[in-house]
Amino acid sequence: MQSEFLLQIKDLKASIDNKEILRGLTLEVKPGEIHAIMGPNGSGKSTLANVLTGREIATVTAGTVTFEGKNLLEMSPEDRAREGIFLSFQYPIEIPGVSMVNFMKTAINEQRKHRGLEPLSASEFLRQMREKKELVEIDSALTNRSVNEGFSGGEKKKNEIFQMAMLEPRLALLDETDSGLDIDALRIVANGVNKIRRPDTSVIVITHYQRLLDYIVPDYVHVLYDGRIVRSGGPELALKLEERGYDWIRKEADVSEETWTTDRK
Amino acid sequence: MDYRPEVIERLTELWEGRDKGILKGSPELYNRYRAEAFTEFLRLGIPDRKNEAYKYTNLEKSFGYRYEKYFSPRPDDFREAERFHCEVEDLDVWNMVLLNGFFPRGDEGLAMLPGGIWVGSMRAAAKQFPSLVEKHYNRYAQNEKDGLVPLNTALATDGLFLYAPKNTVYTKPIQIVNLLHTTQDIFSQDRNLVVVEEGAQMSLLVCDHAISPQHYLTNTVTEVYVGRNARFEIIRVQNQHNDSGKITHTFIHQERDSYASSNNITLHGGLVRNATWHRLNGENAETHSYGLFLADKHQHIANFVKVDHAAPNCNSTQLFKGVLDENATGAFNGRIMVHKDAQKTNAYQSNNNIILSDTARMDTKPQLEIYADDVKCSHGATVGQLDENALFYLRSRGIDAREAKLMLMFGFAHDVIKNISIEALRERIDHLVLQRLRGELSRCASCAIQCN
Amino acid sequence: MENDQDKLLGEVTSGEYKYGFVTDIETEVIPKGLNEDVIRVISAKKEEPEWMLEFRLKAFRHWQTMKLPKWAHLNIPEIDFQDIIYYAAPKQKKRPDSLDDVDPELLKTFDKLGIPLEEQKRLTGVAVDAVMDSVSVKTTFRETLAEMGIIFCSFSEAVKEHPSLVQKYLASVVPYTDNFFATLNSAVFSDGSFCYIPKGVRCPMELSTYFRINASNTGQFERTLLIADEEAYVSYLEGCTAPMRDEHQLHAAVVEIVAERGAEVKYSTVQNWYPGDKDGKGGIFNFVTKRGICKGDDSKISWTQVETGSAITWKYPSCILRGNNSTGEFYSVAVTNNYQQADTGTKMIHIGRNTRSTIVSKGISAGFGQNSYRGLVKVLGKAEGARNFSQCDSLLLGDKCGAHTFPYIEVDNPSAIVEHEATTSRIGEDQIFYCNQRGISTEDAIGLIVNGYAREVINKLPMEFAVEAQKLLQISLEGSVG
Repeated sequence: MQSEFLLQIKDLKASIDNKEILRGLTLEVKPGEIHAIMGPNGSGKSTLANVLTGREIATVTAGTVTFEGKNLLEMSPEDRAREGIFLSFQYPIEIPGVSMVNFMKTAINEQRKHRGLEPLSASEFLRQMREKKELVEIDSALTNRSVNEGFSGGEKKKNEIFQMAMLEPRLALLDETDSGLDIDALRIVANGVNKIRRPDTSVIVITHYQRLLDYIVPDYVHVLYDGRIVRSGGPELALKLEERGYDWIRKEADVSEETWTTDRK
Repeated sequence: MDYRPEVIERLTELWEGRDKGILKGSPELYNRYRAEAFTEFLRLGIPDRKNEAYKYTNLEKSFGYRYEKYFSPRPDDFREAERFHCEVEDLDVWNMVLLNGFFPRGDEGLAMLPGGIWVGSMRAAAKQFPSLVEKHYNRYAQNEKDGLVPLNTALATDGLFLYAPKNTVYTKPIQIVNLLHTTQDIFSQDRNLVVVEEGAQMSLLVCDHAISPQHYLTNTVTEVYVGRNARFEIIRVQNQHNDSGKITHTFIHQERDSYASSNNITLHGGLVRNATWHRLNGENAETHSYGLFLADKHQHIANFVKVDHAAPNCNSTQLFKGVLDENATGAFNGRIMVHKDAQKTNAYQSNNNIILSDTARMDTKPQLEIYADDVKCSHGATVGQLDENALFYLRSRGIDAREAKLMLMFGFAHDVIKNISIEALRERIDHLVLQRLRGELSRCASCAIQCN
Repeated sequence: MENDQDKLLGEVTSGEYKYGFVTDIETEVIPKGLNEDVIRVISAKKEEPEWMLEFRLKAFRHWQTMKLPKWAHLNIPEIDFQDIIYYAAPKQKKRPDSLDDVDPELLKTFDKLGIPLEEQKRLTGVAVDAVMDSVSVKTTFRETLAEMGIIFCSFSEAVKEHPSLVQKYLASVVPYTDNFFATLNSAVFSDGSFCYIPKGVRCPMELSTYFRINASNTGQFERTLLIADEEAYVSYLEGCTAPMRDEHQLHAAVVEIVAERGAEVKYSTVQNWYPGDKDGKGGIFNFVTKRGICKGDDSKISWTQVETGSAITWKYPSCILRGNNSTGEFYSVAVTNNYQQADTGTKMIHIGRNTRSTIVSKGISAGFGQNSYRGLVKVLGKAEGARNFSQCDSLLLGDKCGAHTFPYIEVDNPSAIVEHEATTSRIGEDQIFYCNQRGISTEDAIGLIVNGYAREVINKLPMEFAVEAQKLLQISLEGSVG
């Protein structure tokens, strides 16, 4: 039976070098929903992105993650991508010598192969490149270069969104996509995301600040603190956080969660 | 046991029979240097691993075969050569085939290309341009440590002559295909001279192939003069089989405001050692030395490069990369030398290597020797693996691990290839490299044998 | 502007060597020259056991078959090994039991060098073995250390009192056949320090040896052996000075370090032998073999050196990383001014799994100085996961000096990652201008910049040495800019 959820994370625990970073995280995302995950530095935001995309930095010690009813944790990073999970990296890496065109063509055709489709013809591929470039307002000069090589911080982020446009994911994880962007770049990037989204595309926005959420308006906001979600609410929660900072949640979390101190190591 | 005394004895025998062999039919212009060069060779010997420049390169196996040597081409050898067809598509070049280091019909061979550039055999050049040859021959191939350079001066009888007179520009690359095709094992020595006079421009592409399965050893010396404000580019694509040894010494001498670049792409060959010497002899000159090798099985690939900054305000870069698999070994030996008073020098040297197997090995010696203070010199060297972060990035976009590795290796290699200015050739080499990385044989279709 | 800088350069490079005085003390010397008899005399003077003499003779016989190494980027004048005195000792009746027995002239000398030998005068916990010419004068804090089982004494005493330890470890890291100078040292070494830290002991104070050449025409050949047993820790310092003399003097020392499982040794040197005068007259020829072995798993050896002295420096403090997860470090600042020459660096030999090494070398050349970094990083086939990072920078102050970098990288394991980076440049005019604009004189600016440049290394030194080293840098360089 098809689950109503696109992504289901249940009681997820993960460690890096034997230090528990995610301490029982639960999150459910339906198709088309936008979730924002906010939290102070070190709360586990990036680890969550790593675990979902299969980066072997963190080790999952407990819990389950299902994506469209399939066990996500068993899949290789590339299979997760082909299933439709896209990560916009916080720090996109430069890959000298690998051209954007070759990179994108390979990625798209691998995805198509996974779905039993024929590779795109060269002209169709180029047409899509052109179209998506316009959509996210990325300069052609950039897509003619090697992957991220010599790009500015803002250009790298735009390039991530361009790739998202090309790959049309089911679930997009935006890891601190707003960091290092000036207000114009932020607007372009955020509008890009809105333009490429289809009604059933889900988005998880991982961010420190509220400002990106002015553009990508979430259905739900979750506060991640010390490895788990300590508060969930609507967009108003983000505003409250912006206003009062994380200390407020820190205090509240410490007080309101009775088990807090006892299960701490 | 030291193999060298026996080889030197054989070479000495050959030398002693010079009146009937080498000297006969060889122009006096070249003969006059031979005796002194042979004495110098005897003094220096065949370089062994005590020689810093050969610290990681053992020539024993390459010199170990009993090579048949001869000093003049046999007419019927050229049948195969003439049938040879370079398959690089869209490569608009002026093309010439050398067999075993000789020009077909060598003595007649001097042709003038449109625009006034001369190309042909060294023998013919000595007749037609005696004073020019005299001015440049054996002037730049100076080296006090490597016995193989004077050995070439003593024994080489032919090679390529290229001459771009003042302000001549030839926009097409000149392609030289060096074929080895014999029924015996041979030790061949060719000697080349390139003169690019003031304001002239020329690109040279040298492709090495061995089309019969015999053992080969080639010891090539190439002298290049790049005059004021002249421009020269040389690209070598080395694709000999693994029973062959190829040793090249290229001396590029540059005058002020000139530009030169050298790019050695080594795909196959049992032992390959490319030594490139760049001398920046006048102000405001620019030079680039590039190299890429992909090695597996028991290949040994060595690159030696020295950039001499002898004048102020010059720029140089060195970029050498290697990928080593199976039992391959590689060596890099590079030096930036900034002479006293070569102020405002900008020099950069980089050597990066990827080791893929437990039994492969890489040794590298990037060196700086600097006697002027207002300079910017830096170098970097790495030996390691593919970047894990880059690998993950590719996989996170749905590209499988094997393909991602391939892409990264290709990207690694392309960093060198991208510096080739001839687009069709750049694409062709990209393709050959990709084939090579995929484990397919990256030979040209005309190569008849499987490498082992 | 040019002229001002030249003037400054002149002022600075003529900076006086502060330690150039001669102590007027009666010295016992043996005649010049080297042969088996001389070696027997040295051994007899030190009342050595037979095995020690045998070791020396074996080394001497081997040395006679060797040639002076020529591979370094150095211009080494002919050295007449028969024209050197191989043993010179300040005359004392016998090894003093207490400070009262030490010749007051000697005490004064070390006081003047800033190394008071009275324990109460030492502010911080530093135990000193003071060596003048061929003998150890006094070792402080011996008793305090002995309570913890730490042996810290002169090498000659160790031979007598701890023969089994000496026999076990002597030449175990630097064999007597190792190289021309180490072999010579093995034959004629006179004194030096011996140190043993027992299992699990963290040495509570810095141990240090201060070497002083005083007598003329003599060579100094000391030998240091440092053993850190399992889980032990020690930080060791070494300083050296010599009087200003017109003739060159030879110094050929050997230092061996053994780190057993989990042990850590920090070895710091501030080398300030007399560098010769501004015309290159006189100065020490410093040919030193220093090597440590990380024998056990998880052990660590760290070399830090600030080399400002000597006419010629030839040394490569090295680490053999045999234990799994062992770590080697080399931090170096080398300054060559006037006609000084240095060819120095390190060797990191990765044998064990997951071995790590770090090399940071900062060369500074001024005047006619020639400064070379020479380093080897070797990863053997079994050194799974080995990792090295090297950073070797050179700074040129003037257009008559030279800076050279000769790294050797040999990798025989696919999981190893070795990275080497180097730059050569002069002090940026824009940096100096920036300082000038803020009211800092060019001379001070250079001092600031050079110290900043060397900071990474200086910071590795124990506190009081760091201050000393910083001053030394200033003295040997201030104002030199091209």
